[in-house]
Amino acid sequence: MSNPNTVEKIVSKPYKYGFVTDIETEKINKGINRDTIKLISAKKNEPEFLLKFRLRAYDEWLKMKEPNWAKLGYPPINYQDIIYYAAPKKDKKKESLEEVDPKLLETFEKLGIPISEQKRLTNVAVDAVFDSVSIATTYKEKLAEHGVIFCSISEAVNEYPEIIKKYLGTVVPINDNFFAALNSAVFSDGSFVYIPKGVECPMELSSYFRINSGDTGQFERTLIIAEEKSSVSYLEGCTAPMFDTNTLHAAVVELIALDHSSIKYSTVQNWYSGNEQGVGGIYNFVTKRGQCRGKKSKISWSQVETGSAITWKYPSCILQGEESVGEFYSVALTNNFQKADTGTKMIHIGAKTRSTIVSKGISAGQSSNSYRGLVHMGPQAVGARNYSQCDSMLIGDQAAANTYPYIHSQQPQANIEHEASTCRISEDQLFYLQSRGIDFEEAISMMVSGFCQDVFNQLPMEFASEADKLLALKLEGSVG
Amino acid sequence: MLSQDSNLMLEINDLHASIEDKEILTGVNLEVRSGEIHAVMGRNGSGKSTLSKVIAGHPAYVVTSGTVKFNGENLLEMEPEERARIGIFLGFQYPVEIPGVSNLEFLRVATNSRRKELGKEELDTFEFEELVKERLSVVQMNPAFLDRSVNEGFSGGEKKRNEILQMALLEPSISILDETDSGLDIDALRIVASGVNQLSTRTTATILITHYQRLLNEITPDFVHVMAEGAIVKTGGQELAIELENRGYEWIEENIKKINL
Repeated sequence: MSNPNTVEKIVSKPYKYGFVTDIETEKINKGINRDTIKLISAKKNEPEFLLKFRLRAYDEWLKMKEPNWAKLGYPPINYQDIIYYAAPKKDKKKESLEEVDPKLLETFEKLGIPISEQKRLTNVAVDAVFDSVSIATTYKEKLAEHGVIFCSISEAVNEYPEIIKKYLGTVVPINDNFFAALNSAVFSDGSFVYIPKGVECPMELSSYFRINSGDTGQFERTLIIAEEKSSVSYLEGCTAPMFDTNTLHAAVVELIALDHSSIKYSTVQNWYSGNEQGVGGIYNFVTKRGQCRGKKSKISWSQVETGSAITWKYPSCILQGEESVGEFYSVALTNNFQKADTGTKMIHIGAKTRSTIVSKGISAGQSSNSYRGLVHMGPQAVGARNYSQCDSMLIGDQAAANTYPYIHSQQPQANIEHEASTCRISEDQLFYLQSRGIDFEEAISMMVSGFCQDVFNQLPMEFASEADKLLALKLEGSVG
Repeated sequence: MLSQDSNLMLEINDLHASIEDKEILTGVNLEVRSGEIHAVMGRNGSGKSTLSKVIAGHPAYVVTSGTVKFNGENLLEMEPEERARIGIFLGFQYPVEIPGVSNLEFLRVATNSRRKELGKEELDTFEFEELVKERLSVVQMNPAFLDRSVNEGFSGGEKKRNEILQMALLEPSISILDETDSGLDIDALRIVASGVNQLSTRTTATILITHYQRLLNEITPDFVHVMAEGAIVKTGGQELAIELENRGYEWIEENIKKINL
C-alpha cells in the first residue's frame, strides 16, 4: 500500500558551516616531495628526530599503493595537486588569546565553539585547529594544575620531545597503511593529551578541526596517553566550508591506555559532504587506533559520522593487557551521494579481554553506507568475549546498506556474538506519527534518533543532544 | 441526543479517491454533526478503511474529485499532521510498531502538537506524566506500556487500547475508529467501547467503522451507513445494523441492484 514517490524526494538543506573565513593565509606550493617535508618541518621548528620520522614515512608512502578494497569508488586523487601546509598569517607564537586574530575567534564562535576567555564552554577545554595549525587551547593552566598536558601536537614536539619520541607512531606505525604513511610524512597539527598516573582528568577535552582553504589537505595527528589509573574523555568536532572541489583529509589518532586507565574518545564529524548532486565534499581517510597496553585498561570510541563525501574510517582497539576492554559505538548517516565505509577492529590479544561493537548506519538519498569490522581472537585470548550489533536503517529506496563482519578466531575458548538487522522507515510509520500531529521531518528525526539511542547514550552529556540535533539537521528536507 | 444547535462538522461531498490508479471511493456523501455517532458498515473491500484514510490524509490515496470539509475548511489541502492538530483523529485498524521511539515521548509530542493548536500550554515531561497516568484509567491500560517503544510487541488488544489512550490525550473533535473492535475479545471490546463512550460529548463526533453489530451493542450509533463498492448505499438508524446482522450484506446489495434496474 505504500507509494514510494512520497518517501523519496531527496533535497538537502544547505550546510550551515559552509562559510569561508576571509583571512590571509600562508601556503606552501602544491605538491609533495622531500623538500616539501623539510619545509613543513622547518616552518614548525621541529627537532631533528621528527624530520627523520617524516622522511622515513615519506619513503614508505612512495612504496605503497592507495587501497581500493573499500566499497567507495571515487576518482583518482592527484597527490601533487594538494597543498600540504596552510596557516593563517601573523601566527607567530600565540602566548595568549589576545594575540589570536579576532577573525579566527569569530570563526570558531560562529561554529558554536567560543574560545575567548569570557565565552568559553564551561567544563570543556578546547584546542582549536584551523587549516594546518592549532590557534588556541583553552583552560591549559587549569589542567596543568592537575598535571594534565593538553596542547597542540606541534607544541608538544618541542616541549615534551621525550614523550613524543616514546609514543608517536607506536600504535599506528608509519607504514601501517597508505593514508597513515602520508599523514606521518606531512602532518601539520593536532592535539596532544597526557594524563599522569592516578589523575582523573577534571574536564572534558575537545579539539575542533576546521578546514578553511579549498585546495589544502588537512593532516592532523592526535596522540593521547593515559598513564596508570588515569582517565580522560575527549571529543573532536570537524567542519569545513563548501567548495565544489574535493578536499583530502587524512588524520591519524593514536591512543595509549596503561594499567587500569581509561580513554573515551568521541567524534562528531560534520565535514562538508558535497551538494545534492554529489559535487564537492571532503574525502575523509582516517586511521584511528587505540592500544590497551595495561591490565584492565579501557578504550571506548564513540562516533557520529554525518559529513564528508567519502568516509573511510575504522577506529580500532588492540586489547593487549589482560582483562582490557574495547568499545565502539557508531552512528553513520549518509545522504545524497555520500559514501561511507566505516567500522572497527577489535584485536583481542590478552586473556579475558572484552569488546563491544554497536554500529548504526542510516542511509538516505542515493548514498551508500557500509559497516566493515574485524573481530580477531589471538591464541592467548583465553576467555575473551566480543559482542557485535550492526543495524542499518534505509530511508527511501535508492540508498544502500552493507555489512561486512570479519571474524578470525585462533582461540577456541573465546566467545563471539554477532547480531545484525536492517530496517526501513515505512510510509505507514510516518503516516502514523503524522496522523497524531507530528510533522514529517520531526517524525523522521524521532525514528532516527530512536534508532541511534544506544549510541547517543555513550556520548558525553554535553554532546548527546548536539548529536541528536545534528542528525535532525542533516536529514532536514531529506525525505518528503 | 440530537440537539437543534449541533454544528455541521464534517461534510463529505461526492468523494472519489483511488490508489495506484484504481478507484476505491466512487462518490461518498456524508454529513456529521457535533454530538453524533455514526457507524459505517460494509463488506471487506467496500471502501470503509479507504474513507477513513482519505479523511486523515494518507499519502498513498489520490482524491480525484469531490470535497471534504471540516468546520467549513477544506481538509484535502492540509497535511495529515495539520488535520490531526485541528482535531481529526484516526484510530487505526492495524497500528504500526515504531521501534526505538518511546511510547511516552511519542504521546507527549503528539499531545503537545494538539495543545499548541488549541492555544493550551505545552507540557513538560513531568506534567505530561501526570496527565497520562490519569488518562490511562479510561482504557485500564498498564503504565508499563508507556516505557516501551510505540506499539512494539503489543498484543492486538494492547494496540487498540493505546489508540484509545491517544484519543483520550488528543481530545479530538471527530474520531474515526477503523475496526477498533477487530481482534478484541469481549472483555477488551467492552473496555475499549467504554473508553470511547467516556470520551464522547456534545461537542465531539465519532465515526465507527465496523463489520459487526457487536460493537454497536456497546456504543449506540445515531446513524448507520452501509457502504458498497466505494459509496454509501443505505443510511438508517440502529435498527439497520440489526437487520444487517440478521439478513447479511447481500440483502442490501440485492436492493441496490433492484434500484439500479
